[in-house]
Amino acid sequence: MKKLGFSPRQMVFLSKSRKRAAQVVLLSLSLLLLLGAGDEEGRFQTLGHHMMCVCGCGQILLECNHVGCQYSDRMRSELIAALDRGDNDDLITQNFVQKYGTTVIAAPTNTGFNRVAWIMPFLALVLGLVTTALIVRAWKDRPAPVAPGGVQPVTGPELETFRRQAREETEI
Amino acid sequence: MSQIGSFALLAALALSAYSFLAGIAALAGEGPGSERLGETARRAGIATFAVVLLAAVVLVMAAFADDFSIAYIFHHSNRDLPAPYKFATLWSGQEGSLLFWSLLLASYGLVLRLRHKTDQRLFAYASVIIAAVQIFFLLLLNFAAHPFAVMQGQLPADGNGLNPLLQYPEMVIHPPMLYLGYVGFTIPFAFALGALAMRYPGEKWIHITRRWTMVTWGFLTIGIFLGAHWAYSVLGWGGYWGWDPVENASLMPWLTGTAFLHSVMMQEKRGMLKIWNMWLIFATFGLSIFGTFLTRSGVVSSVHAFAQSSIGNWFVGFLALIAATCAFFFFKNKSHLKSEHKLESLVSRESSFLFNNLLLLLACFTVLWGTLFPILSEWVQGTKVTVGPPFFNKVNVPVALLLLLLTAVGPLLAWRRTSVESLRRNFMWPLVGALAVAVGLLIMGVRPWKDVSYFYSLMTIALSVLVALTVISEFVRGGKVISRHTGQNLLASVVHLWHRNTRRYGGYIVHFGVVIVMIGLAGAAFNQDKEKEMGFGDKMAIGPYTLVCQSYTQDDKPNYSSEWAVMNVFKNGERLATMYPERRFYKASQQTSTMVANRSTIKEDLYIVYEGVNQDTGRPIIKVHLNPLVMWIWVGLLVMIFGTIIALVPNAAAIRVTAPARVQVAPVGAGD
Repeated sequence: MKKLGFSPRQMVFLSKSRKRAAQVVLLSLSLLLLLGAGDEEGRFQTLGHHMMCVCGCGQILLECNHVGCQYSDRMRSELIAALDRGDNDDLITQNFVQKYGTTVIAAPTNTGFNRVAWIMPFLALVLGLVTTALIVRAWKDRPAPVAPGGVQPVTGPELETFRRQAREETEI
Repeated sequence: MSQIGSFALLAALALSAYSFLAGIAALAGEGPGSERLGETARRAGIATFAVVLLAAVVLVMAAFADDFSIAYIFHHSNRDLPAPYKFATLWSGQEGSLLFWSLLLASYGLVLRLRHKTDQRLFAYASVIIAAVQIFFLLLLNFAAHPFAVMQGQLPADGNGLNPLLQYPEMVIHPPMLYLGYVGFTIPFAFALGALAMRYPGEKWIHITRRWTMVTWGFLTIGIFLGAHWAYSVLGWGGYWGWDPVENASLMPWLTGTAFLHSVMMQEKRGMLKIWNMWLIFATFGLSIFGTFLTRSGVVSSVHAFAQSSIGNWFVGFLALIAATCAFFFFKNKSHLKSEHKLESLVSRESSFLFNNLLLLLACFTVLWGTLFPILSEWVQGTKVTVGPPFFNKVNVPVALLLLLLTAVGPLLAWRRTSVESLRRNFMWPLVGALAVAVGLLIMGVRPWKDVSYFYSLMTIALSVLVALTVISEFVRGGKVISRHTGQNLLASVVHLWHRNTRRYGGYIVHFGVVIVMIGLAGAAFNQDKEKEMGFGDKMAIGPYTLVCQSYTQDDKPNYSSEWAVMNVFKNGERLATMYPERRFYKASQQTSTMVANRSTIKEDLYIVYEGVNQDTGRPIIKVHLNPLVMWIWVGLLVMIFGTIIALVPNAAAIRVTAPARVQVAPVGAGD
């Protein structure tokens, strides 16, 4: 802060602003969480869209309309029954996993080796960004190529002049 | 009939092998003798087309003749199958679809070999590589998945029939389009590998393959969208994309192919990204083969995998061979792929292409990762997990939004360097427009804080507007310049502008199409559905619509029997339409299928499914979906196809300046 040249008064003001911002964020998050609480139809939709029909059709439980499906109707009824009993989401999920196996969950859970499924895309993004940054840096540091016949390419302000002229003349 | 087909396949294998071996010998040698040998290799390649075509014609004729002595026809056709589906039998099963692959490859090869005078040596290399790929498929057809295998014992009176899910008009055109896309990537691959193997001087091979790549990309795009439309219309779950492994398999080469179409411009204009482009096209071809492997091997379960067998090992071996060949020539001739220019600024077209490629490749990686993770999980922890839509949506939607943002910014950046001032000037009004739309959506009741899907939807629409406005502003700015120099009106000038640089402005139209598609996809956040057992006169309301069940009826046709509901649809008390959701029972295969009734408008789709009869109550079950903006997806595809066609048209000759100009004007729109 000192390096940036803020006075002590400014620093107090900044600190207060930060606290206020944090309070606003926390309040908003709490409100968001409360908005979803207690909505049984919402829970049915959320849980039903996070589970698969296990008949082999490869569809989300609430989207399976596989004609003559032996599973989806029964599974939906079980889900409704569990919600009516007042089971929480974790318990419902556990019961379904116990009955139908781990493949009933539509996405890898955030436990054990399954975490790797979620981490890898972000790791790939980070690696990609680092690689791109390194490539860009290497390209920027590369010496300018010499044109055939030994003519040096135009650079700096002179190049900017030509570029501006070209832009003005073509207006594109 | 089966003997003619079998002979044709053997002859095709022999001709391909000759084309490959003689082609290599001719390239290795020198002098008139080698030239003559090379010419015989080229002609053998052309003859391959003729015999593979003969084999395909024989198989189709066998389907029309109900020749159930051929096992393939017995398993995939029946006497009462309508004629278009008998034709589609060719690609309805594993053996037939491999024959179809081979036929399309031979057709592409034919065109390439007939146009060999463009650059004889490069085309000779490409021809040899195509022959090598052809050999692989013909080996499969002759020894692992023979389409002309005959039935043992007494001949059956009728066939098993075609899978009911495939008995839909789009299935007659969707697989050929998809396959034209998959197979077509062999051509840019062959040119790229050939250019690397012969250390081809300059970037001419890129110019030669540009149109091939665009055509192929266009076919793959059409194929993917037709597949989505088929899933929407036939599977009856109210969606068009389920992140199914086979859907993913078609998306992956599309993503890398799209990356290639962008990054290849860096090589053409600036001599950069040569190694990257080479590997991109290798990866695209590899992913096309991988897609065929996923569809055919049964390694992952999929609703689209209509044929499964043990040919997976063949594909694994072939993929390994492709990787080894590419790596060998890359390390041998790596020095040939040095970049010629340096990056002058981060705020430049070059950087935007780099990040565009990074995001497209990231999307491809996550799709591949998600598709293969169940296998990896089973291998590591002994239990299979499901990687379904929640995973793919969570990971890929943010990537897609970033890509949309880049699509908006990229065209405004100049090659080499862009001043921040010019970026601000060009970006200001599109940004204001996008923000206005976002505010408008908030006022209309979209609450992004209530659900993450609403947030994504709002962001998608706002960014789509941003892209659309930047595209429009590019056309208007360019049109104004032409108008000033030629005296034409703005519309004529914009048309003139297209002709000046069809690839650039065709590309913008494709971007515009993508925007329309994205808006259509954003509508999914507001989907509604309801399900009810409905007797006569029962009502069901969804959104502004009320459905009244008028009656149920039945019909019997030679190929299937059907039941359907007659539903009257009312909107605000007024009768709007009568819709007929149907359920069919196919006699030959003893399977049931749904035929969705869909009333599609630009605002929303009213989509009704007759799900069947409740076994306990005996009452029919009707499910209705109200899906906003779905039609935008199909309209967007049409715009994308139009843009691709525009981009394929050659540029017009230099503009004729009719008004006196102050200076000699550089070609407008040059330098995409």
